[in-house]
Amino acid sequence: MIARLFAFGARVFTGAIPRWRGCAPEPRLRVYFANHSSNLDVVLLWSSLPGVIRARTRPIAAHDYWTTGAVRRWLATRVFRAVLIERRNVTRENNPLAPMVAALREGDSLIIFPEGGRNPSGEIGEFKPGIHHLAREVPDAEFVPVFIENLNRVLPKGEVLPVPILCSVHFGTPIRLEAGENKRDFLARARGAVLDLRAT
Amino acid sequence: MKLPDTQMQWLLGGIFALLLVASIIGQILRRTLRGEGAAKVVANLNARVFAWWVMVAVFGLSVVLGKAATMILFGLMSFLALREFITLTPTKPGDHRSLFWAFFVILPLHYLTLGRGWYEMTVLLIPVYAFLFIPIRNALAGDSEHFLERTAKIQWGLMVCVYFVSYAPGLLQLRVPGYEGQNAKLLFFLVTVVQMSDVLQYVWGKLCGRRKIAPRLSPSKTLEGLVGGGLSAVALGAALWWMTPFTPLQAAGMAAIIVVMGFFGGLVMSAIKRDRGVKDYGELLPGHGGMMDRIDSLCFAAPVFFHAVRFWWT
Repeated sequence: MIARLFAFGARVFTGAIPRWRGCAPEPRLRVYFANHSSNLDVVLLWSSLPGVIRARTRPIAAHDYWTTGAVRRWLATRVFRAVLIERRNVTRENNPLAPMVAALREGDSLIIFPEGGRNPSGEIGEFKPGIHHLAREVPDAEFVPVFIENLNRVLPKGEVLPVPILCSVHFGTPIRLEAGENKRDFLARARGAVLDLRAT
Repeated sequence: MKLPDTQMQWLLGGIFALLLVASIIGQILRRTLRGEGAAKVVANLNARVFAWWVMVAVFGLSVVLGKAATMILFGLMSFLALREFITLTPTKPGDHRSLFWAFFVILPLHYLTLGRGWYEMTVLLIPVYAFLFIPIRNALAGDSEHFLERTAKIQWGLMVCVYFVSYAPGLLQLRVPGYEGQNAKLLFFLVTVVQMSDVLQYVWGKLCGRRKIAPRLSPSKTLEGLVGGGLSAVALGAALWWMTPFTPLQAAGMAAIIVVMGFFGGLVMSAIKRDRGVKDYGELLPGHGGMMDRIDSLCFAAPVFFHAVRFWWT
């Protein structure tokens, strides 16, 4: 209920229109990977999914950020059901990829931002290798490229008050790790898929 | 809330009948016409008719509910239009604070002064004070790149989407001797003529449009469409004289002003769209594009119509 209200509010404020250009909104096992330009990215992408799919889709969020304060913790665990991962002090025991793989194996789709950090300029940086690891570990998942347009204009870095500029969320054609494809090629292809969505 | 008078009832009834006829024709066409091209045109037509039902319902209800509801409706329309306008014109992080002021302070304040009837302030707030404030705020943000362009875009957005649009509900504040309490019909006159002029120009253009007026700006605008549609809209305006303070001839003249300004409004707003490489400002209503696509003619017609009424009838 609260999740639904939250999603509705986010979509009204940003006027976001989901554009399913390369695939349909179907309840398959998917990893949505998107460009990261704003703190609101995760909210907007998650809100753009239809309710049924949203209920089985979990965003990846930084443990240190989303467990500070009661509101954030409540949002992350109860509303978004985020998979919280460690950004700092990564050791073999708390390898951030393990909980992601576990969530996928339980049948939940994921939302990830493979650039690792925000790029407030709207540019799309190089992808971190984690997405390749997921593709190798969970070969039956579809990797859906997503381009989030204009959200960096709604809330530029360092600003607190958002302005109501219209955003779009573009969903592209799913990709998978091809047989014999190495890490570098897969990362480049995945990033290219997001760039293609921006170009057209 | 005030019950609409007899004339308003006739007007609302007439629009209702017109839409009913359009819906029936649309459904008949959908069942009878075959072929992919035709189906697409009919689907677009039906989407437009449906959107008209929504617009007439919202607009009719707010006018019947009274002045405050009308002000709020137009304020929301300005908000949506400004949002589409700013989305289309690239801004930089240095504009962020100015934009926040434009959306959440200047726009509501403008409609507040209009609603309270502070005419002087309504007329001055955006063209003078917001005009001064926006470049000051942008300068304080410290980014000089494309400074004039960025500032001008926000000023333009406020003028077109907020200031000009607000002249339409501003009609409710005029005091026309012998016409007290009936101003909602002036607003209806303006909106009906503007929108029917758009529709009739489109229809005439489709039927017999050949000579393009501005192929690079707006390929659908033809001379035949403008003349045929414009004259039909003027005739319609003249036929609606009974609900206005005008004589039939005066009503025709006022309708002509509205048609001409509305045409140029559409042309100018199209030029901006072409420059940015898009067809529509948004996707608010299926078949109609965004709010800005719907009210581009109104933006330019409303202030001139308002001042004509204010100059000659008050």
